Amino acid sequence: MTIPASLRSEAEIDGTVDGAAHAATDVDIDIGYNFAYLDEQTKRMIRRSLLKAVAIPGYQVPFGSREMPLPYGWGTGGIQVTAAIIGRDDTLKVIDQGSDETTNAVNIRRFFARTAGVKTTQRTAEASIIQTRHRIPEQPLTAQQIMVYQVPMPEPLYKLEPRVSECRKLHALADYGLISVKLYEDIVQHGSIATTYDYPVIVNHRYLASPSPIPKFDNPKLNMNPALQLFGAGRERRLYAIPPYTSVRSLDFDDHPFEVERWQHACALCGSRASFLDEVIVDDAGSRMYVCSDSDFCREQRSHADAGGPVPAEPASVIASV
Amino acid sequence: MLNPLLEVRHLTKRYGERIGCRDVSFDLYPGEVLCVVGESGSGKSTLLNTLALRHAADAGTLRYRSVQDDWLDLLALSEPRRRLLMRSEWGFVEQNPRDGLRAGVSAGANIGEPLMAVGARHYGRIRDTAAQWMERVELDTARIDELPSAFSGGMQQRLQIARNLVTGPRLVFMDEPTAGLDVSVQARLLDLLRTLTSQLNLSALIVTHDIGVARLLAHRLMVMQHGSVVEAGLTDQVLDDPQHPYTQLLVSSVLPV
Repeated sequence: MTIPASLRSEAEIDGTVDGAAHAATDVDIDIGYNFAYLDEQTKRMIRRSLLKAVAIPGYQVPFGSREMPLPYGWGTGGIQVTAAIIGRDDTLKVIDQGSDETTNAVNIRRFFARTAGVKTTQRTAEASIIQTRHRIPEQPLTAQQIMVYQVPMPEPLYKLEPRVSECRKLHALADYGLISVKLYEDIVQHGSIATTYDYPVIVNHRYLASPSPIPKFDNPKLNMNPALQLFGAGRERRLYAIPPYTSVRSLDFDDHPFEVERWQHACALCGSRASFLDEVIVDDAGSRMYVCSDSDFCREQRSHADAGGPVPAEPASVIASV
Repeated sequence: MLNPLLEVRHLTKRYGERIGCRDVSFDLYPGEVLCVVGESGSGKSTLLNTLALRHAADAGTLRYRSVQDDWLDLLALSEPRRRLLMRSEWGFVEQNPRDGLRAGVSAGANIGEPLMAVGARHYGRIRDTAAQWMERVELDTARIDELPSAFSGGMQQRLQIARNLVTGPRLVFMDEPTAGLDVSVQARLLDLLRTLTSQLNLSALIVTHDIGVARLLAHRLMVMQHGSVVEAGLTDQVLDDPQHPYTQLLVSSVLPV
């Protein structure tokens, strides 16, 4: 079976390296910018806010968000956090919807290759910093890694309580009855808790936090993760953090417990049944295939199979539309 | 001798130079319904909002006997304690049900919200309780999943009352709960309020400009004029034998049916 070009990585198309770390020399380094674009004072300011965020897990720390050379909503918060923490020896991976090859991911990766001259990679295991939108890699993270999340809306209560001052009070008093009202309404309307992404969590038994628009499939990975997890919201000017090995509980009702999504299909490329699957329309007749959203994980699984490793339990399949 | 629930002494609220309410003192006992009557602008609502700690008082003392039987100085209460009190022991029924209800969520969620705010985490039980309360305020339980906007004005008011009473408060403030309802709906609501306050041994402080409402609901009555209480006493006593000229005017202004 051929793989649609859109699902292949740029490295595979090039026929060069299969996603391994690029030396910084692949891209011209821009001179005239400070290391990692931001000036040192700004980075210091962000680091101070990050320290506070790590000290109070889940608490939203205000910071002086800067204009970045990309629009709000494209990851200005994440990019500022990455710029503040990145060093010359770091290896950066950027994913968007689990993929390393989307416009946003490619551009941000190139941005840091050019302004900081750091190594970039598509392999989760090689990265020391992973900037992400929408996903947490399938491969378990280690204590040597830092996750940086791009957050569009850091306030989980904003749809229920429009006043920012009131939201801050509710956080200060841990008065979180409101968020249960949202879950209650979900069950009323859909029969189950229908929130599937940006599923609210309680961090360290105290602060209510938005996990950024990751699918709820990834929520269990937030809990007791060995990696440091940093969240940046550029437009809303807030930072927050989940330090390593911190308890993160997804909210639910006693009689409607939290559950993650499941699929009836295996990944059409690697056959994995354990990963988060994207549904892809492959032709005008509406044929669909299910593939891993984490492109690096999918590639690893396939190279494993090629090398004679354990063959996936289910054959790859394209599901015809009805 | 019964201990009062709320003790108010010389309570004053100013808006700059203007007086909101001046030197108000009274006791409210458990299970007692106290009505505040007066014309508009007389400071009734100011008094209510000051008592419910929505406005900061300028002078006087305000004490409340909590469920643990200790006296709380309400004017010096910290915000967390105040909010806890509001959601566990007090209720506030707004004049306009739209102010007291959450328009974007269903009737069941509106009644269930105070329960969830005090820690209920079982969907089925929250829903059962909400349905029971809908029944108690004479709403059709089949409409539990409808938005408040789908209910009529009188039904919305009953929904708001259910939402306020679901946590079993000891003290409820009501700001003109029957204003804007037509007379037959008003009568049913008054009937309901009378039943509920006596069943639940609820203390209530009701602001109204309607003498008829006061006569039907209140055990005691306070008459306000220009921010001051001009007369107070048992309802029948005040209405049948008014002493103060303003009260006499008020009682004589009621249209005979």
